Amino acid sequence: MGRYVGTSVKRREDPRFIQGKGRYVANLSLPGMTHVAVKRSPYAHARIRGIDASAALEMEGVLRVFTGQDFKDGGCGSLPCGWLVPDTQVPDRPIVVIDRVRHVGDSVAVVVAENPYVAADAIEAIDVDYEPLPVTVDARGATDEDAVQVHEEIEGNVSYTWGLGDEEACRKAFAEADEVVELELVNQRLIPTAMEPRAAAAQWDAAAEEMTVWTTSQNPHPIRLLLSAFTLGIPESRLRVISPDVGGGFGSKIFHYPEEVIVPWVAREIGRPAKWVATRTESQQTDSHGRDHVSVARLAMKSDGTFTGLDVETWANQGAYLSTFAPLIPTALYITLLSGNYRIPGIYGKVYGTLTHTVPVDAYRGAGRPEAAYLVERLVDLAAARLGRDPLDLRRQNLIPKEDFPYQTPVAFLYDSGDYEKLMGTAAERADYAGMRAAQKQARAAGGLRGVGVVCCIEASGPAPSAVAGSLGSAVGFWESGEIRVHPTGQVSVFTGSHSHGQGHETTFAQVVAEELGVPIESVEVVHGDTGRVNFGMGTYGSRSACVGGSSLVRSAEKVRAKVLRIGAHLLEAAEEDVVYDQDEGRVHVKGAPDRGKAFGEIAFAAYTAHNLPEGMEPGLNFVSFYDPSNFTFPASSHICEVDICPETYEVGIRRYVAVDDVGKVINPMIVEGQIQGGVVQGVGQALTEAGVYSDDGDFMTPTLLEYAPPRADLLPGIEVDRIETPSPHNPLGVKGAGEMGTIAATAVVANAVLDALAPLGVTHVDMPLTPERIRNAVEAARGA
Amino acid sequence: MNHSVQITVNGESSQHDVEPRMLLCHLLRDSMGLTGTNIGCDTSQCGSCTVMLDGKAVKSCTVLAVQADGCEVTTIEGLAGGDGLHPMQQAFWDNHGLQCGFCTPGMIITAVEILNRKPDASEGEIRHGLEGNICRCTGYENIVKSVVAAGSRASD
Ligand code: FES
Ligand code: FES
Repeated sequence: MGRYVGTSVKRREDPRFIQGKGRYVANLSLPGMTHVAVKRSPYAHARIRGIDASAALEMEGVLRVFTGQDFKDGGCGSLPCGWLVPDTQVPDRPIVVIDRVRHVGDSVAVVVAENPYVAADAIEAIDVDYEPLPVTVDARGATDEDAVQVHEEIEGNVSYTWGLGDEEACRKAFAEADEVVELELVNQRLIPTAMEPRAAAAQWDAAAEEMTVWTTSQNPHPIRLLLSAFTLGIPESRLRVISPDVGGGFGSKIFHYPEEVIVPWVAREIGRPAKWVATRTESQQTDSHGRDHVSVARLAMKSDGTFTGLDVETWANQGAYLSTFAPLIPTALYITLLSGNYRIPGIYGKVYGTLTHTVPVDAYRGAGRPEAAYLVERLVDLAAARLGRDPLDLRRQNLIPKEDFPYQTPVAFLYDSGDYEKLMGTAAERADYAGMRAAQKQARAAGGLRGVGVVCCIEASGPAPSAVAGSLGSAVGFWESGEIRVHPTGQVSVFTGSHSHGQGHETTFAQVVAEELGVPIESVEVVHGDTGRVNFGMGTYGSRSACVGGSSLVRSAEKVRAKVLRIGAHLLEAAEEDVVYDQDEGRVHVKGAPDRGKAFGEIAFAAYTAHNLPEGMEPGLNFVSFYDPSNFTFPASSHICEVDICPETYEVGIRRYVAVDDVGKVINPMIVEGQIQGGVVQGVGQALTEAGVYSDDGDFMTPTLLEYAPPRADLLPGIEVDRIETPSPHNPLGVKGAGEMGTIAATAVVANAVLDALAPLGVTHVDMPLTPERIRNAVEAARGA
Repeated sequence: MNHSVQITVNGESSQHDVEPRMLLCHLLRDSMGLTGTNIGCDTSQCGSCTVMLDGKAVKSCTVLAVQADGCEVTTIEGLAGGDGLHPMQQAFWDNHGLQCGFCTPGMIITAVEILNRKPDASEGEIRHGLEGNICRCTGYENIVKSVVAAGSRASD
């Protein structure tokens, strides 16, 4: 543990939030600002025969109404997809549709008005003549022969097919297996539901021909790139994208959305600033959703419990269009994780990316990895039941041993480090797993439905070596930039391309830089989320900020230290070999003579006065690094959960939740624990309460927080968090991602606990969310069987 | 027809000409620039917009501006009643009770109300009391911890 790194420094961003001074996009007020509202389709699929905006245009305060043709004629390009696996068929995704809507919420027309109330009224006054058409909504049903085509040119509604693994070894494993367990499961659609609805604002400076866009994005630089190269056509040099304070993202704010194009286009068109703020309903029906898989999976094993093969076929619903990174999620972030924490020699996975009349599906917290973990961990529990083994014991037998790291899985990944036995052992001890099982026996004997779930899960975080990402289909690189600007006074500005929307970068990155330079944390300020201030960046997703963004700052700090050392030696009239950089004190001094030294601030000043620098050295003290990771990092977790199900109502009550995670070295334990806790509750939400639902007619059944149920404060009695640390060997901080591990493990462990509780009733599987109604149906079906 | 509303917000009285349908949250945010009160939903489910209205925590998206005529409102900006922090704000900071901060103003106001009603509220009572406020980031763990801490500080 250093002076700062490894300690729970209180968050430096908090004072503004707790005093109501958050700078969210919706709070922005610009002189002369107009308000934009979007007319959205109530149909999942319809032809537009005509749009009559005359009544809207007559309303006082309505400035303009624009339709899809206006945006097209005005130079707006379609929204691109930034990740294409081989032979992907990409449907056209216009900013505003012209003649056909393909999901509820698809944008049909745009109103610009003097205030948001008038804009909302005008939306109601626009008359659209729709011819409703038949729909397809189901991930697997979309491939049925008689399924309605979502896009004529994409036959069978399959956008892409992707397979990975050793098919031969997999076939052999099943041919030689003693036992095979099989499962068909649905990983239901989720709505990310960041508490801040999406928003965008823009201001066009006609004299300078410069556009500023404020948007609720997790990655302002990639949004600027897409706006410039594809959708808006304003050169990057004249386009500034600012994501100020963003109220949560969980993946949903990675993507390039139509409104980010509509608002700046409108601002330029009408010559006044413009702002659009989503209602909650708009957010739920147009933010990219998550998950939505149907899978058939089989696990092969020997009679002694040794896993030998895993065969998975998945239909991944991609919605009506391909969102920015959609094909990445069920391919390189899903099939690649099917080995879990286990040695399974013969794995093969295949996925079909299917199109339906639903909102696009893309990354949502965990993104592919929770789908893999849920599938693997459900199969392992079924295997334990088949073999009559304790689920923890069967897992232990198959865990990748500590000595096998780095471990090459059959599905492409090279796991960097881990100690899964210690991890699961810690969880078992912390939870008193044996005691839980004993108590379960008693509870069952007394007629109760008590269940215990245990999981061991893996994540791949901090994507990825850029060249590898490119070979897998990415249109962008996954490095991160970090700049350290030391001012003449010794104050430090840190510019990171990562973005914080709750993660606390202003604290964590200040800790890293203060530690590396040996300066007081109070003198370090962190800047992020503004393409006008930060030179470039790839943003925050995939639990990459500390691994990749943090590492780029370490690299820049090394460069700062090297120059400070040289200048220090010069000022001390000593040879470089004869001085040291004291990181505790932030001083350069002569070896063995701490008194003969120069403080960091003195040297910074000297770097800028440039009166007396080493021969040939440039003035200034400012370094940028672009860090490209050499591998993903591989966090792991073992969670244990104890539930009671009410035998009358079938309501699930969580009695205890124990989370032990290994996210490598920890920079700020308080923040990491917060990430785990928040992640766990989101994962429990998927297991018990959340589902984004479309009816068979494509109606969107969960547009508000009345129908869509994120966890409330009383869903869990509390979470017991603990951790072990196996540092990542390949990044300078030794860190692994912490943002998604909780979510990945939580869904699986709660599902396992619930199904463990139901086992005596003969229930072997229930699709999530595990609501009382679904459980009752399963129990009754099992009784009837 | 617009109505005239006289309202005291964070100790300052002012007069506004409002449409009958205008919500209190919009009056605070759009007319008065008090953007600390956030809007997270359109069905009164999330609690992001919670303010004190005549000393009681209410969701300001469920109150029409005209209904607040003659009332006293305290928003997150005025909670501390001067410089410095209210003990609940301090407790949220000390206990990492927030991440993205969007739910935070509403959470803090609701938490103040919970302790106003019952200064020694148990953890379970606090969880129950926070039920009307959604936080998507923290998993509530540290919010509950913050409220417990504020409670035990007050009783010291
Ligand atoms: S905005 Fe008032 S409860 Fe959600
Ligand atoms: S801190 Fe983000 S919603 Fe609560």
